[in-house]
Amino acid sequence: MSFPWAEQYRPKHPFMRWMDERLPLPRLAYNSVGGGYPVPRNLNYAWNFGVLAGLALVIQLVTGIVLAMHFEASAAGAFSSTEHIMRDVNQGWFLRYAHSNGASFFFVVTYIHIFRGLYYGSYKAPREMVWMLGLVIFLLMMATAFMGYVLPWGQMSFWAAKVITGLFGAIPVIGEPIQIWLLGGYAPDQATLTRFFSLHYLLPFVIAGVVILHIWALHIPGSGNPTGVDVKTPQDTIPFHPYYTAKDGWFAALCVTLYAAVVFFWPNFLGHADNYIPANPLSTPAHIVPEWYFWPFYAILRAFTVDFILPAKLWGVLAMFASILLLFFLPWLDKSPVRSGAYRPRFRQFFWLLLVDIAVLGYCGGAPAEEPFVMISQVATIYYFAHFLIILPILSMVEKTTPLPNSISESVLHGEKAEAAPAELPGVTPAKA
Amino acid sequence: MVRILGFLVGLGFVGVAAWSLLWGTIAYVKEPPVETVEHRFHQHPHDASYSFDGPFGRFDRQQLQRGFQVYREVCAACHGLNLVAFRNLHDLGYSEAEVRAIADQWPIQVPSVNPETGEPATRKALPADRFPHPYANETAARAANNNALPPDLSLIVKAREGGAPYIESLLTGYQNPPANLPAENRPGTGLYYNPYFANLNIAMPPPITADGQVSYADGTPPTRRQMAHDVAAFLSWAAEPTMDARKNAGIWTLIFLIVATILAYMAYQNIWHGPTSRRVRETGPLDPENMAKSEEASRDAGIAG
Repeated sequence: MSFPWAEQYRPKHPFMRWMDERLPLPRLAYNSVGGGYPVPRNLNYAWNFGVLAGLALVIQLVTGIVLAMHFEASAAGAFSSTEHIMRDVNQGWFLRYAHSNGASFFFVVTYIHIFRGLYYGSYKAPREMVWMLGLVIFLLMMATAFMGYVLPWGQMSFWAAKVITGLFGAIPVIGEPIQIWLLGGYAPDQATLTRFFSLHYLLPFVIAGVVILHIWALHIPGSGNPTGVDVKTPQDTIPFHPYYTAKDGWFAALCVTLYAAVVFFWPNFLGHADNYIPANPLSTPAHIVPEWYFWPFYAILRAFTVDFILPAKLWGVLAMFASILLLFFLPWLDKSPVRSGAYRPRFRQFFWLLLVDIAVLGYCGGAPAEEPFVMISQVATIYYFAHFLIILPILSMVEKTTPLPNSISESVLHGEKAEAAPAELPGVTPAKA
Repeated sequence: MVRILGFLVGLGFVGVAAWSLLWGTIAYVKEPPVETVEHRFHQHPHDASYSFDGPFGRFDRQQLQRGFQVYREVCAACHGLNLVAFRNLHDLGYSEAEVRAIADQWPIQVPSVNPETGEPATRKALPADRFPHPYANETAARAANNNALPPDLSLIVKAREGGAPYIESLLTGYQNPPANLPAENRPGTGLYYNPYFANLNIAMPPPITADGQVSYADGTPPTRRQMAHDVAAFLSWAAEPTMDARKNAGIWTLIFLIVATILAYMAYQNIWHGPTSRRVRETGPLDPENMAKSEEASRDAGIAG
């Protein structure tokens, strides 16, 4: 698909040939994730997380569809039907824990996938569309996860719905009508629950659609690699199948093992105790916190405490949305011609600083809105915006990069990646067609 | 253009965040936050271990039966258990006949309809029934309890930070307020000092008041601590009756997944470094000529190492 030496699909069985002439689905699979997709030979384990995110989406779809068969989307019945699933539905506890922890698993692998993109410059030309479609998936995931968290109609569900839709209330003039329109009333209630349920069922399929676009856009230039150097010769690539199916396969098995350990033995570790209390509009929980994967953004939201021309709350809302939306402009903010952080020593230092910064934001987002957490999250917020909007553009103009290898295969022969495939593997020679 | 706009937007957010930080710091220096009284006197649950701790821990049926007895004789007067059915008591080791007897003799009857007149009525509980509510409705519950609402206990262990040890600590944690407790934090009418409760004063009267409050059939000495421990175990079961099934399934699932991971890893090794490709060096030796060039270029670029 992407390189002239990609293997062509040659159906062996007469039925497959018959099929290929009428509906070339097997050919599509072969060219996307089979022997017909040449992949750089030097990918490290950071490149395994896209497949894992796809796996997480499938886990969420399958468990979610079965859960929806037993769930009752009503303000009176949502909480008790969730407990009905936990107690009376056969293996219902497994479905629910797999689904609620599956969301965390999905975000863990997606965050690693995004950070891999940030470190290795995967957002740079010619992969800007891959990056931006990925961000669209991320935004859809956040919306889906938020609405899913509301469904069990516990205390945190209810107050999360109230707080998050309340963010729109910060917009001047039209904010409050928007909030009422989103909730279907003045406070979260039956109308909110049913619309969130409907959208929570719809959006994962939208995500699946954007995932197809994401992979399509990826297959035009082909996968990046840790050196950031373009693929030049057939020696630089190996076929996706069997090499990366095998590598993805075993690593996915390892990650599913870790995920299963959480599901079976610590299923409530990432949850909040208050969500086992039925929603009560008259009783506000002491600390309203979202799920862990929203904590960094929640910290940014709460970091703006002083009015400055605009009200502080509006600044917080704008900053929270801007913190994600600015990533859409990253390919044009960071103009360094060198993609990989491995050859950008200064960039690398700032990258790790950013990682620590986001971890600090996450910690503060989960902590109560008290000092000193507010001050710490303000410092971290300053660095977050400075990193992307001020440091990266300047850095990409002034930094000195280390020399790039001439090609992927040369870097492999230099032993730069012990993980890299040995030379002269079968299947790397150009197709004879 | 993108970079100029981005730079300005960045300056905007950085500036306003720094402005907030400045005011926050000034406020922090002028008036450092004082520790609240609740925070100072609040105590974390004491350590308690249960038979069902950890991946290999399971419920102890004898203990659950004792805990159920404490619930029935002490807690059930005010607290419901509306997600648990009498039939679920099979898990505790009761026989079919025993469960039927427990339901039949339950002091509170189940709301029903008189089959002849259609008037509201009550009937004796059946194994299929959930535990009936001790009060007809919230208003009745509040009226009987000094305007406090006794929470349903079905999920209490999962719905409180600290879980079973918290419940146990709370039940045994009633004490006289310390002498240095400020007057406004002292328990008012109908409130009791309990440092394990978040705001220190709880509306629930001490439920477990004396050793031997219940008499255990299995001969376990019914100390206050033991009763609190047993009822916390029972409520852990009530919050998640499927826990044993979950952990059993988990152990077999993990064994399967670990074996699958090892096999998949071996398949991966075989494909990447199998007998056919092992002929070739796995990673080539460092090419001295190119390494020298690379180091020289690094030096020229002013980058150490």
